[in-house]
Amino acid sequence: MQLSTRHLLGIKDLSANDISLILQTAEQFKEVLQRPVKKVPPLRDVVVVNLFFENSTRTRISFELAEKRLSADTVNFTASSSSVAKGETLLDTVNNILSMKVDMVVMRHSASGAPHFLAQHIPAAIINAGDGINEHPTQGLLDAFSIKEKTGGLEGKKVAIIGDIMHSRVAQSNIYLLKKMGAEVAVCGPPTLIPKYIREALGVEVSYNLRETLEWCDVANVLRIQLERQNQVLFSSLREYNLAYGISRKMLDSLHKEIVIMHPGPINRGVELDSDVADSKQSIILQQVENGVAVRMAVLYLLSERRN
Amino acid sequence: MKSILTESQLAITIKRLAHQILENNSELANTVLIGLQPRGIYLSDQVVEAIRKEFPGTNVQYGKLDITFYRDDIRKELHIANQTDIPFSIEGKRVVLIDDVLYTGRTIRAALDALLDFGRPEKVELCVLIDRRFSRQFPIQPDYVGKAIDSIVSQRVKVYWKKKDDREEVALLDY
Repeated sequence: MQLSTRHLLGIKDLSANDISLILQTAEQFKEVLQRPVKKVPPLRDVVVVNLFFENSTRTRISFELAEKRLSADTVNFTASSSSVAKGETLLDTVNNILSMKVDMVVMRHSASGAPHFLAQHIPAAIINAGDGINEHPTQGLLDAFSIKEKTGGLEGKKVAIIGDIMHSRVAQSNIYLLKKMGAEVAVCGPPTLIPKYIREALGVEVSYNLRETLEWCDVANVLRIQLERQNQVLFSSLREYNLAYGISRKMLDSLHKEIVIMHPGPINRGVELDSDVADSKQSIILQQVENGVAVRMAVLYLLSERRN
Repeated sequence: MKSILTESQLAITIKRLAHQILENNSELANTVLIGLQPRGIYLSDQVVEAIRKEFPGTNVQYGKLDITFYRDDIRKELHIANQTDIPFSIEGKRVVLIDDVLYTGRTIRAALDALLDFGRPEKVELCVLIDRRFSRQFPIQPDYVGKAIDSIVSQRVKVYWKKKDDREEVALLDY
């Protein structure tokens, strides 16, 4: 058994078997992270470069920790302090790094499709750590892992993705993954932040009513309002957004059942989630972060080269 | 196919292994038993059951170890990991590693590396059902042996377990 792909560019390219294999392997790595020595040797002959052309805290640290706990050597690259600022092209930058004998590339880029472009031109294995508004596959995987861990499975689970669906690569990766694994998915948010034909294109339910959606779902994955990707006014004010689509303690308590609250971070407290919701027992936001390292270890391990 | 141990012989052998382990580890409180994934745990399950039967009520510390991430052939092909479950500290303990077949010794080499990441045991012993002697590639010898056999490289030892294979037997297969 092995993955059907050499790169992890998006969940779109993965089969249900691939996803199961990654999640199952991540369980073993999660156990490794509980040991006195939280480190195993399988990637000690592998060099990984983390290319971050866009800001990131969680994902970059999570990948770096995952690489170190697999004993890989790591090189970090951030666009702001590099020759990209001098006008070097993406392909030149990457080829220069690869000529220093790097085996795997983890890349985040603001342009959708940047990792797909690289995959066609360079020999190294590429892991997409978020490309524009396209996909963020490891986030989708760690969200699925966390749902599975908390609720026991994915099949038949009702998952609502709430907020800025239009600009969210996390939403897209989650939708692909959950649908492939047999979960039911609904998206909810203001009409201006939900793509018009998403129901037809991705097979998800669409709702503009937060209360209705929360009553329906087992798990609510709440997204951040991505002000940096919006160059036009799509809702009138953050306060108004909070009133219509922010989740408050009072609303959660008035539901007929207890639902699980997730958020990929960083949280805008008081906008999409109130503080007492984000910090409540129902929230698995910090478990998601913890699981992120195990899931990324699984992806790196499964994609590292076999020379037979 | 040649039978090495029949079902009834296998049951007697497992009982003997359990007794030999008890003989050398009279203070069970200071001893932990660890079965190696994936196929060693069928043997270790039965050894531990036999020990528990001998001393009902005593707490036998028993764990399972997967050595996939420590293998020396990790670049040759993809190996899928199994569950590791060691819910106690091995620091200062006497550890008995349990596996079904000892052949080249490479699995045990990896197991020793993996084990030391859980702490510093006082002593490590090795218990195997079948010892394919004269075929070692590492300087590793077992402390408890179910049966030692002579075999050649082209042969394979296969241990069948009821829980997995619907019958209990050890056989030598020719290719």
